[in-house]
Amino acid sequence: MSIGKRKIFNTFFQGVCRGMAFLVIAALIGILVKVVANGAGVINPGFLWKAPTAGMTEGGIFPAIFGTVCITLLMIILAIPVGVSAAIYLTEYAGKNFFGRIIRASINNLAGVPSIVFGLFGVGFFVLFVGRGIDRIFGLPLLFGQPAMIWAAATLALLVLPVIIVSTEEALNSVPVSLREAAFALGATKWQVVRNVVLPQARSGILTGAILSISRGAGETAPILFTGCAYFLPRLPVYTIPYAHIPVINPLDQFMELSYHIFIMATQSTDAAATRPIQYGTTLVLIALTFLLNLSAIIFRIYFRKRSR
Amino acid sequence: MNNDLKSSNSGASATSSNVSSESGLKRFGDKRISDILVESRRASVHRQRIQEFIIEKLLFAGGIAAIVFIALIFIFLFKEGIRAFFLIKPIEFIGTYILDFDDNRIFACMWQPVGESGKYSIIPLLIGSFLVALPATVISTVLGVGCGIYLAEIASIRIRDIVKPAIELLAGIPTVVIGFLCLTILATFIQNVLHTTFRLNAFVGAIGVSLVIIPVIASITDDALRAVPNELREASYGLGATKWETIWKAVVPAGISGVTASIILGMGRALGETMIVIMATGNAALVTGNIFSSVRTMTATIAAELGAVPQGGEQYCALFLVGAILFFITFALNLIAEIIISRMRKKLRL
Repeated sequence: MSIGKRKIFNTFFQGVCRGMAFLVIAALIGILVKVVANGAGVINPGFLWKAPTAGMTEGGIFPAIFGTVCITLLMIILAIPVGVSAAIYLTEYAGKNFFGRIIRASINNLAGVPSIVFGLFGVGFFVLFVGRGIDRIFGLPLLFGQPAMIWAAATLALLVLPVIIVSTEEALNSVPVSLREAAFALGATKWQVVRNVVLPQARSGILTGAILSISRGAGETAPILFTGCAYFLPRLPVYTIPYAHIPVINPLDQFMELSYHIFIMATQSTDAAATRPIQYGTTLVLIALTFLLNLSAIIFRIYFRKRSR
Repeated sequence: MNNDLKSSNSGASATSSNVSSESGLKRFGDKRISDILVESRRASVHRQRIQEFIIEKLLFAGGIAAIVFIALIFIFLFKEGIRAFFLIKPIEFIGTYILDFDDNRIFACMWQPVGESGKYSIIPLLIGSFLVALPATVISTVLGVGCGIYLAEIASIRIRDIVKPAIELLAGIPTVVIGFLCLTILATFIQNVLHTTFRLNAFVGAIGVSLVIIPVIASITDDALRAVPNELREASYGLGATKWETIWKAVVPAGISGVTASIILGMGRALGETMIVIMATGNAALVTGNIFSSVRTMTATIAAELGAVPQGGEQYCALFLVGAILFFITFALNLIAEIIISRMRKKLRL
């Protein structure tokens, strides 16, 4: 091959790669622009703070926003303790022993399980096995053994567990070994080192993982399809404690959710074409929510990496 | 440490304040104070050991949870899935004899669970899944590997710092949003351009799914190529190769196992994708090889039907069987990818 040809090849293929990267970025920008352009028109305080009316063809999406916030909160409460302790065990205690390797392999596999399979598992295990089991043991009428927020949150927690574990592990590994050794030399025990030296250093990394998993959980639809999501609820999933009149989130109730709302409105609404503005508005709210979370996680991570360098 | 010691033998320090503590030889009752201190220290060390033990076991339980849940997923899917074999004849999962319009008995592969006698052939679902996943993998291999090469080898650090987070943001878009845009915009666009019979078809779904797996392939390819030692590049430049020749003939072959693993992982993701395919592929369970026809994937079948079936019935178990097959396929793909990656790690360390 002549040198001229090689030079042309060189420029051409580098250009192709650059073009591909920019094509992907263009797709991202295209999606954002389209959603913002079509959705911004319907966003107003009424849309955000009102419930759907007139057979879901008018009104707002407040119950869906509320449900999304509730379920992600519940999910993160369930997932963080298990995920963080698993990560601490893996980095600080297990090392490369037999259990450590098996746990790592299971986490990788858990991360690869399709989300709809989590949905199936949620129905088979959480709702029918655990829920019905509780009902049977305590002789209750059908209370736990039906789709509910708690089961949907548990299913989602399982889904985001690998995200939390991997990012926490990364954060723990970035704490310099010399710090640990210094603490050990002062006579601290392993747990004292972890609690007083490693965890404070890794705090922001763990937070990044939590934010990422919240955004992942808020955007997932398949796992909650059968574990607690409702097309329309006339009330919020709130339980008022009698006499005290304090409203609390009722984890045994069903709930509305943003991503499910988009799905159901786009495919099974009574008039899918007429409610397009509502669908775009909901999409904009969901995308804004997940984007803000992701962006803050990315900025957080860049900041955190710079500092740890 | 000191704090712990003080708090754990508060009893001893309370008593020792009665006596003057100028020297360790002072006696308290019939014991020397130094002995009491040693004893209490021993007790606190003992307590600390128990505490350490309990905490380690608690953390271990957190780690074990991952194993337990993978095992439970396995057990619960297959428990319900196996029951399908008792309710439905195994041959019916491939196809059944039906009468066509001329009353001839023909062997047909149909997924048609509703009706007098449900037909549960999983062939159309498998075909549907692969008809979406294979084109999606091809599209995103080309684009994802291109992005990965660009990020790892070509882009300057400043551009990389912008492009990489942008690709991560693409990965963060909820799949239901991509599905929605495929359904409303992309499907119409593709039909206007290619004049397809079906507005919603496997190809529309494949483009949507590829948007989800491009970030996966791009970021793993990027990692794999950046792990290639610099000596290789320098040797290649030293022999007079151009930048592209270095990339294509030295760096990519060295990192090829990582690239392969990323493609396999991407394919696993494509097979498991639910919301995009349920919204964009039309959901008609056809046995076809045409990527412009409507198809019904395994994931979409479960998502569309599980909500409406009575628990424990034929269809319920059949859906769990479909889920078990899906789980098995993705599990195998992930395992292969993981083995390739761990081999690559070992090789690069040497």
